[in-house]
Amino acid sequence: MKTLMKGNEAISQAAIVAGCKAFFGYPITPQNEIPEYMSAAMVNAGRVFVQAESEVAAINMIYGGAAAGVRVMTSSSSPGIALKQEGISYLAAAKLPCVIVSVMRCGPGLGGILPSQSDYFQVVKGGGNGDYYTPVYAPNSVQESVDLTIKAFDIADKYRTPVFVVVDGTLGQMMEPVEFKPVTPYQIDVDSFATNGQSGKRGYRNMVNSLNLSAIGLEKSNFELKATYDEIRKNEAMYESSVKDGDEIALVAYGVPSRIALNAVKALNDKGVKAGLIRPITLWPFPDEAFKLPASVKIVLVCELSMGQMIDDVRLALNGSVPAHFYGRTGGVIFEPEELVDAAIKVVGGGK
Amino acid sequence: MAIIYEKSKGLTERPLTYCPGCSHGIVHKLIAETLVELNLLDHTVAIAPVGCSVFAYDFFNCDGVQAAHGRAPAVATGIKRVAPESIVFTYQGDGDLAAIGTAETIHAAHRGENITVIFINNAIYGMTGGQLAPTTLVGQKTSTSPFGRNVAHQGLPIKVCEMLAAIPSSYYLERTSVHDVPHIRKTKAAIKKAFQYQVDGKGFSMVEILSGCPVGWNVSPVESMKFIKEQMMPYYPLGVYRDGGAEI
Repeated sequence: MKTLMKGNEAISQAAIVAGCKAFFGYPITPQNEIPEYMSAAMVNAGRVFVQAESEVAAINMIYGGAAAGVRVMTSSSSPGIALKQEGISYLAAAKLPCVIVSVMRCGPGLGGILPSQSDYFQVVKGGGNGDYYTPVYAPNSVQESVDLTIKAFDIADKYRTPVFVVVDGTLGQMMEPVEFKPVTPYQIDVDSFATNGQSGKRGYRNMVNSLNLSAIGLEKSNFELKATYDEIRKNEAMYESSVKDGDEIALVAYGVPSRIALNAVKALNDKGVKAGLIRPITLWPFPDEAFKLPASVKIVLVCELSMGQMIDDVRLALNGSVPAHFYGRTGGVIFEPEELVDAAIKVVGGGK
Repeated sequence: MAIIYEKSKGLTERPLTYCPGCSHGIVHKLIAETLVELNLLDHTVAIAPVGCSVFAYDFFNCDGVQAAHGRAPAVATGIKRVAPESIVFTYQGDGDLAAIGTAETIHAAHRGENITVIFINNAIYGMTGGQLAPTTLVGQKTSTSPFGRNVAHQGLPIKVCEMLAAIPSSYYLERTSVHDVPHIRKTKAAIKKAFQYQVDGKGFSMVEILSGCPVGWNVSPVESMKFIKEQMMPYYPLGVYRDGGAEI
């Protein structure tokens, strides 16, 4: 049965359905509906909710909960994610699974509370110290937010890694009908790593640690992480594409802006400009596959609510095959389909 | 021949990495003996800080987690809340607990988290080479207070027990010292009491232990014990600052 839910609340309920046992968070707009929902729902479900004293404390409570071997989640928005970055680096290094939701707002600095995609770099390119990546899911509807949040818990457990779900403020705040299907969670081997105070029962003690003062030892850990990241790159990239042979331009957008870009693509086709849309669903691993384009496509237009961040990965994926142009609005301004149509016609014209 | 003394089963076979004359070894032994005597070792999780005791997870013979600098009480909160049947303790120095991690310390106490904090106060940053700590005494010279701690410039040293005593949900707070055998025995009794309170579900317990750092202080081990007694104890009075079990 479908129910009408706000994006942030749907993400919260998805975590509960996925078997999230503890939520640790700190208030920040525009994600407050998540800790608010969890403060009642987790307690009613007999699970753990703690409002931490800071984002820094919250991510370290996540580190503790994940170390104890249960499914844990935190949520925040861009400046709060900045504060969590050290903890995320520790989680990645210690191979601890968890889900982190970022409801992006605009920056830099305190910025504003309106929707934005200016924290693509923050979640895709790390931000914490050291050589690490985190899988990043970027849904474009409330239903997909639910499905990808549930998937994020499985991916976190399967690869023993922190996983991001990123939405912009629009998706967090808007209501759409959603359906929750029964979930069969990935079964993680808790005894193999968890420091849950059961050394007596399991017969050996576990350690959760990211320190290694031996150069050779630490390099080995980095190689192990790299092997995991290579597996994730091979198996987990997700995208949608409507680009077909005969199209002259491909628009690229993720999250809610991809829905605006879809309208622009329809309008372009109505005007006789043959266009398709590529929508990365995972931002890391980036879906390079989607950028093996038909020979008819002469130009790519990347549309983001930022000054141009994902375009770097698009250019790497294109590897010089065709030029990539950019159209973006920021500061909380959301582009209209007509703006994208105009920008596309301009670059297609320029290409000719 | 009868064995009259052996290393506590609460410690692993790993040789301690601390400097000669350092108090960490004494306190490690007291905690290890306590965990064995109270029969807690097989369900305990030790949280190591950033600082000299960063390798504590290698030494205590139980589950161990290495936490980010200052965040041990938050990590302990995460573990204890999802595994309430476990015994969780943090082992933290003055820089970790009373500078970068002050917020985590105060809020864990305010929430009445049912954890035990072992706080090593040696008035200096040992691992990084002897810099000014929040607990460095007035006039004490360190590598970043070469003219001695000056109240007008660096303020007064933080008294952690006194500060946490203002928090009603701090169940048990005691300051002890390990500068001589009678005080080591009192410290052991305090540690035991703190863990017993956690077993009984009483909430936040902390033992602050005045400890020596001869290398960081640039004195001999014997002089470091004298420094604790003559310099530290007058500013950091020993005693029980809160004991929920003793109040009726």
